[in-house]
Amino acid sequence: MNSLYNFVSGPLAWMAFIIFFGGCLFRIISILALVHKKEKFIYTYMSWKYSFRSIMHWIIPFATVNWRKHPVLTLVTFAFHICLIITPIFLLSHIILWDESWNVSWWSLPDSLVQVMTLIVIGSCVFFLIRRLIAPEVQYVTSASDYIILAIVAAPFITGFMAYYQWFGYQFFTILHIFSGEVMLVAIPFTRLSHMLFSPFTRAYMGSEFGGVRHARDW
Amino acid sequence: MAEPAKKVEEKKVIDEGLEKGTDRLTPDRIEKVIKQVLEGESGARLKAYVDTCIHCGLCSEACHYYLSHDNDPRWSPVGKVKQTLWEMLKKKGRVSADFIRTTAEIASTECNLCKRCAMYCPFGIDIAYLMLIVRRICHRLGVTPLYIQDTAHSHSVTMNQMWVKGDEWPDTLQWQEEEAQAEIPTLRIPLEKEGADIMYSVIGPGPKFQAQLIYQAAVIMNIAGLDWTMPATPGWDNSDMAMFTGDNEIMGRIKRTHFETAARLKVKRIVMGECGHAFRSIQDVGNRWLGWRMPPIPIAHAIEFYYELLKEGKIRVAKKYAETVTFQDPCNVVRGAGLHEKARDVVNQICENFIEMHPNREHNYCCCAGGGVINCGPPYKLKRMKSNRIKAEQLFAVKSRGAKTLIAPCHNCHSGLEDINHHYELGMDIKFLGDILYEVMEKPES
Repeated sequence: MNSLYNFVSGPLAWMAFIIFFGGCLFRIISILALVHKKEKFIYTYMSWKYSFRSIMHWIIPFATVNWRKHPVLTLVTFAFHICLIITPIFLLSHIILWDESWNVSWWSLPDSLVQVMTLIVIGSCVFFLIRRLIAPEVQYVTSASDYIILAIVAAPFITGFMAYYQWFGYQFFTILHIFSGEVMLVAIPFTRLSHMLFSPFTRAYMGSEFGGVRHARDW
Repeated sequence: MAEPAKKVEEKKVIDEGLEKGTDRLTPDRIEKVIKQVLEGESGARLKAYVDTCIHCGLCSEACHYYLSHDNDPRWSPVGKVKQTLWEMLKKKGRVSADFIRTTAEIASTECNLCKRCAMYCPFGIDIAYLMLIVRRICHRLGVTPLYIQDTAHSHSVTMNQMWVKGDEWPDTLQWQEEEAQAEIPTLRIPLEKEGADIMYSVIGPGPKFQAQLIYQAAVIMNIAGLDWTMPATPGWDNSDMAMFTGDNEIMGRIKRTHFETAARLKVKRIVMGECGHAFRSIQDVGNRWLGWRMPPIPIAHAIEFYYELLKEGKIRVAKKYAETVTFQDPCNVVRGAGLHEKARDVVNQICENFIEMHPNREHNYCCCAGGGVINCGPPYKLKRMKSNRIKAEQLFAVKSRGAKTLIAPCHNCHSGLEDINHHYELGMDIKFLGDILYEVMEKPES
């Protein structure tokens, strides 16, 4: 068990972070290279002003017509994404690991809040799962990969929660937690979780086209 | 994983363009063309859109097809991408001839490319662009609905959409000039006047079926005292069905001819009639194909043009139109060019009472005729009617609040709404802005 722990928290963690950062860079650079090679015209339409106008509308809950049409989904998706990103970065036990290995540390969130945020992520995943299963317009376009990426995202939070409470199999869940976190990191650049990388670009492009050429709102 | 929803059409449409085209396909040719378009012609946008889509279904409610078919997901924007593009990508182009036939029908007759869904996707994924890629594949495979393909052939041969032959065009203009001279004896339709301020251009169906619109435009131009001209040569037609069949090469030829005609006449700008798709073609799509970021010559759509004429006092209103009116925001000049406020200004200046339909402006529902769908012809008319029940409901609601006249400043909207008006027996009076402007403007001796 100890050697397995050392493996997942050592070499595997290194690999996961390298693949995550390397993969993200690779995906972004290769898409920009593709733009450069085949659709250079896109640059000439990009506008900072209209890109941000569009992005700002879409990253504020209820600032767009479609967010307002789906109030529950809007609340869930915003809560989910905020907690998903904030929780692992500002969790005290993660910061301690950084401190032990690299001697760097930063401000952390109280554990009780992190617990709530973890439950929000897990609950949101359940919401998304149910929505996929019962909403016809979502079910129709759902494939196995959609469930897999949902599971990849939910896993580190579920296992983390189990490990934190140390109910049973503490070591087992800790290892599983680290491993599932690594799987998620690796999956981000190479699955449709890459919407994390690309959505600012697609949004900015549509915003620029709507603002600069179409003189219309895109929200 | 998910069950495909049932197909709701009662019977399969017979379309010779699709049947004959499908018969000629071989698996190798299908695979080759799909690869050429998806890997050769397309680039970062396709890749980013496909990789970013999280399959959330949030685009569904943007689509009038989806809303009109009781929220059946097979009609949602992403549902249509799933049935066509995803399948081609998943099978790496190894799809059957029957699949291409169905795909061609979906892409050509079940999406108006209105881009309302682009405003509903949180990531701004341009599904209309994806549908155009699918149409491009079908075009290159020779599987395009017969009626719209005929208009593309006409463009290719005559540079206009309606097989109007060389001499028929100036003949029509002279005929309308003579007709209008009965009303205003000094009226002229100046042909080939070099250095005029304005080249007025119309769509192919203008001289073919709607010559009175040329008459009205001539009256407006003459009374406003403008320095204008119309070309006597090919290049007079600003319409562009090749843009909608995926025939980009012909699209480029049509636009080049149009711009070059304006350049030859050394006009300061092109003013065009109340057409939405032609405006999209000239100021957004065709110019890009030719390498112009924005159009090489300034373009004004009729809405902007009327707005200017009224603002500058070149046209004065004698007596406002009395009936209560409502206004259809066409996708290509509103979501496509932001002319909605100017249009409302014009409407308020020429009409006594104006009430909004809901939703409106950028969020208005599509007419279900644009994007080449009405041009696919009679085989698909019933589908077009059933697929826009939501528009009938929207119009019925505004009619019940008192609107009698529906202003539709776009040829496709106008024709499509006329069909809906009949099919759903709404009993509205549908007009162009120009119809009303012509009716209410101050004319000499009137």
